[in-house]
Amino acid sequence: MPSFEDWSAPRAADIIAAHTHRQGAALPILHALQEAFGHVPHDAVPMVALALNLSRAEMHGIVTFYHDFRDTKPGSHVLKLCRAEACQSMGADTLAAQARQHLQIDWHETTGDGRTTLEPVFCLGLCACAPAAMLDGKVHGGLDEKRLAALLAQARQP
Amino acid sequence: MSLIEETDYGTRRSTSDKTVSLTIDGFEIAVPEGTSVMRAAMEAGIKVPKLCATDMVDAFGSCRLCLVEIQGRAGTPASCTTPVAEGMVVTTQNERLKKLRRNVMELYISDHPLDCLTCAANGDCELQDMAGAVGLREVRYGYAGENHLGAAKDTSNPYFTFDASKCIVCSRCVRACEEVQGTFALTIDGRGFASHVAAGMDEGFLGSECVSCGACVQACPTATLMEKSVIEIGQPEHSVVTTCAYCGVGCSFKAEMRGNEVVRMVPWKDGKANHGHSCVKGRFAWGYTNHRDRILKPMIRARITDPWREVSWDEAIGHAASELRRIQGQYGRNSIGGITSSRCTNEETYLVQKMIRAVFGNNNTDTCARVCHSPTGYGLSKTFGTSAGTQDFDSVEETDVIIVIGANPTDAHPVFASRMKKRLREGARLIVVDPRRIDLVRSAHVEADYHLPLRPGTNVAMLNALAHVVVTESLFDQDFVRERCEIDAFADWAEFVSRPENSPETAAHFTGVPAETIRAAARLYATGGNAAIYYGLGVTEHSQGSTTVMAMANLAMATGNIGRRGVGVNPLRGQNNVQGACDMGSFPHELPGYRHISDDTTRHLFEQAWGVTLDAEPGLRIPNMLDAAVDGTFKGLYVQGEDIAQSDPDAKHVIAGLSAMECVIVQDLFLNETANYAHVFLPGSTFLEKDGTFTNAERRIGRVRKVMPPRAGMADWEITLALAKAMGVEMNYAHPSEIMDEIARLTPTFTGVSYAKLEEMGSVQWPCNEKSPEGTPIMHIGGFVRGKGNFLITEYVPTDEKVGPRFPLLLTTGRILSQYNVGAQTRRTENVVWHEEDMLEIHPHDAEERGVRDGDWVRLNSRAGATSLRARITDRVAPGVVYTTFHHPTTQANVVTTDYSDWATNCPEYKVTAVQVAPSNGPTEWQTEYREHSDQSRRIAQVVPVPAAE
Repeated sequence: MPSFEDWSAPRAADIIAAHTHRQGAALPILHALQEAFGHVPHDAVPMVALALNLSRAEMHGIVTFYHDFRDTKPGSHVLKLCRAEACQSMGADTLAAQARQHLQIDWHETTGDGRTTLEPVFCLGLCACAPAAMLDGKVHGGLDEKRLAALLAQARQP
Repeated sequence: MSLIEETDYGTRRSTSDKTVSLTIDGFEIAVPEGTSVMRAAMEAGIKVPKLCATDMVDAFGSCRLCLVEIQGRAGTPASCTTPVAEGMVVTTQNERLKKLRRNVMELYISDHPLDCLTCAANGDCELQDMAGAVGLREVRYGYAGENHLGAAKDTSNPYFTFDASKCIVCSRCVRACEEVQGTFALTIDGRGFASHVAAGMDEGFLGSECVSCGACVQACPTATLMEKSVIEIGQPEHSVVTTCAYCGVGCSFKAEMRGNEVVRMVPWKDGKANHGHSCVKGRFAWGYTNHRDRILKPMIRARITDPWREVSWDEAIGHAASELRRIQGQYGRNSIGGITSSRCTNEETYLVQKMIRAVFGNNNTDTCARVCHSPTGYGLSKTFGTSAGTQDFDSVEETDVIIVIGANPTDAHPVFASRMKKRLREGARLIVVDPRRIDLVRSAHVEADYHLPLRPGTNVAMLNALAHVVVTESLFDQDFVRERCEIDAFADWAEFVSRPENSPETAAHFTGVPAETIRAAARLYATGGNAAIYYGLGVTEHSQGSTTVMAMANLAMATGNIGRRGVGVNPLRGQNNVQGACDMGSFPHELPGYRHISDDTTRHLFEQAWGVTLDAEPGLRIPNMLDAAVDGTFKGLYVQGEDIAQSDPDAKHVIAGLSAMECVIVQDLFLNETANYAHVFLPGSTFLEKDGTFTNAERRIGRVRKVMPPRAGMADWEITLALAKAMGVEMNYAHPSEIMDEIARLTPTFTGVSYAKLEEMGSVQWPCNEKSPEGTPIMHIGGFVRGKGNFLITEYVPTDEKVGPRFPLLLTTGRILSQYNVGAQTRRTENVVWHEEDMLEIHPHDAEERGVRDGDWVRLNSRAGATSLRARITDRVAPGVVYTTFHHPTTQANVVTTDYSDWATNCPEYKVTAVQVAPSNGPTEWQTEYREHSDQSRRIAQVVPVPAAE
């Protein structure tokens, strides 16, 4: 189970410094920040801008362009259901309804106990085994009601 | 008079020499290679509909309105992003294109408020124009769908609003901020339907990195970004091209007017100094021109403790004239003098010095350039033979290595800084020599290769060390030196700089900059291609200001970086017309054109023209006038548009001098600090209220055009004429153009200048004469003005102003973007939201040692005096150095500065003062007393109306 660190500016500075030398460092830094904190903390954005000698506005533009980057800390588990065309044609809508019903939350929301966050995703590149989902970074294909129920059970673990 | 409509060609001009021929809508067209199809069409008068394209920024191809058909190519490419090709056959209008464009517009309009009639952009809206151009008649989608009509309006910037509901997300503002201004303060937040323009991290314009230059407002095709003045007043009906009255960049503006009211200032794309760009001051900060503090009636008083009494022009001028004559009768011909203004026009400055020489009968004329760029004039004339910068601003486009010394262009010369930053983004290298980490050292997309944060007062040591490396490592340009320079002088200089006392290792000891960094910077300057030096008052305002200027000139000559595009030695002039004020003979020893008053031929020329006998002895400089006043031999002063009580060093001494005079005449827009000690106040006119010319830092003479009558009744030049007449000498000019004609007749570098020429060319750079009828963008091509370039020995002599146990820190002073000099103008505009008080920058270590926290009041003590202000803790300054601005009279930073000055020109050493900083509770006693005196002194007697006779 992933557990995310609390915000710490020195920790963020270390993460940023570890990637600053790379070419095209912005995205690797943002991914690393999200991996550590579960999201890209607002206060980290100007730090990245400063490190890469970009403006705050430019970094903000990059962060907000990618839906994958969250601005708030997610639950302990993140379940992403694919909503793209191939998965839709294989019944993703029904699975989505099942997940929302089971968790009693809507997209981008986290259950009241802080355990599970539900997110839509547009294509995991698993069209051949649609419908697909991703739980805590691990992909699952060929979902049906039963398999999703199993994933949901996993996603409810403390 | 009509509104000047500038053609927007959609994409930038191509500078290629190669021509390409193509056919557009059946017309044969030839344009330079690299031109876009859109621009080629526009140049031929064929307008292709467009929204996201504008010729100030690179093509983007997002709006899909400018689609065209090209024979042999599939689809309908965007004409803005498609370059022309030989033999191309383009169709810009047919049924298919019409339909596509109409469909695109239909989508835009389905999510746009339909309030055109009450919209501020009505009459100046490209979206509206394009809806008309494509023949949009209906929106089949209706308006009920999801939309952005409820998006919030950002009114945080004092000068413009951002109304997101009207935004079409064309990114013109974002691109203008990046490409034109170089600040990168705007972005597109989100994507798809959610995408919207955001300032900073969507924190509102005022809170973001925005510097309020207004390039985004100018680029916006809708009412999304709109000047508040247009919202308030409405669209302008006519415009007049004029020159900005702020810094030495000298930007051209269209003053867009409704009747006599300025609606907005829009930088003029044909302006050769600014090419359509501006900063927050020029574009927005003109509110001072009708500020309630402006004095519109002449006033007099017997004593400076009396309240002012409003009188007629005749009475004021008559009183001033008789006082000046009385003083001369009582104390002698040389007991009076005058100060010309670098903010007034060339014509006005010329007249003031003419009046002093011809009517006062002495040479007691000086100018505020004394306190800023007098060492430039001296240093460059001794080495190159002319008292001015060598390049035009465009030259920076071909510079490979830029050295910035003692200048902060992004704050003080923002429009040129944008050009410089653009060149740096293109790959030019940068060396910054400055005690403070200015924005150019590192800010979005710009990073100096070397920052040499030298200790204030050690410029000469640094430049000698750079020269040492150039000579000892044989990096100098032998051919250039042999052909273009005095070879003996070079040999002497080379021997001098090669001495161990001028090595980087020795310099490291004085400057605090490691020798290796100095060596690396020198190698880059000497070997990096075209290298150009840009400098400011951080060079001149030192006890060795002139020496530093000469040291830079030496370095440029030794490396062959003079006499072509991309190189040179370039002063960034502080005020709009410093160059002009110097050119016009404001100095006590020089007649117009930098010719010494003791030179008989020149003097006779002027004597003949003016019908008088001139004194062959140079007169008094400003500091000498003040000294003489304290001694009791100088009693009367005419000050046009300058505030010496705030801007000159050692304010207490200035005030003592002014207080000792019997008649001080101040001609200004406001009751400034000097006026507190004046007996006559003559209300001046703003740059909007008179005709004339300003000369900018690149020697460019630009027209100032009257857009409204003088609010107080007289233009400044007319006031000077009236004073001269009241003193018994009539000078007859019907218009400032006649004054320029006289200047041209008497000044060899100006013989080709006339208002007719300026009308025809827009502006011209002197020398403009028979040899160069079109002016001179780059000087010293093929040969120096003085013949051969002269190397001068520049020995480093540390200033007498030294740190010690009592005053362990060095204070240096400067300017901030939103304020201008003593702030008389900018403090009376909305610019105060960015800078409402002067702050003392202090390094965290120095602050901690003294128990000072951020925002605390601190007392700043020097040998000269003390003042209090609040502290800002920052590592922009090095330990041991503190920094403040001098924009606010409540701080009076110059109470602290000393009377040390440049050995050659008396330019004050503002940039080095040994100080101590200690926590304090608030303003000093002196500040409080000064404030009280100032309030007392500004009283104007209320005239009780006489009841009408029964």
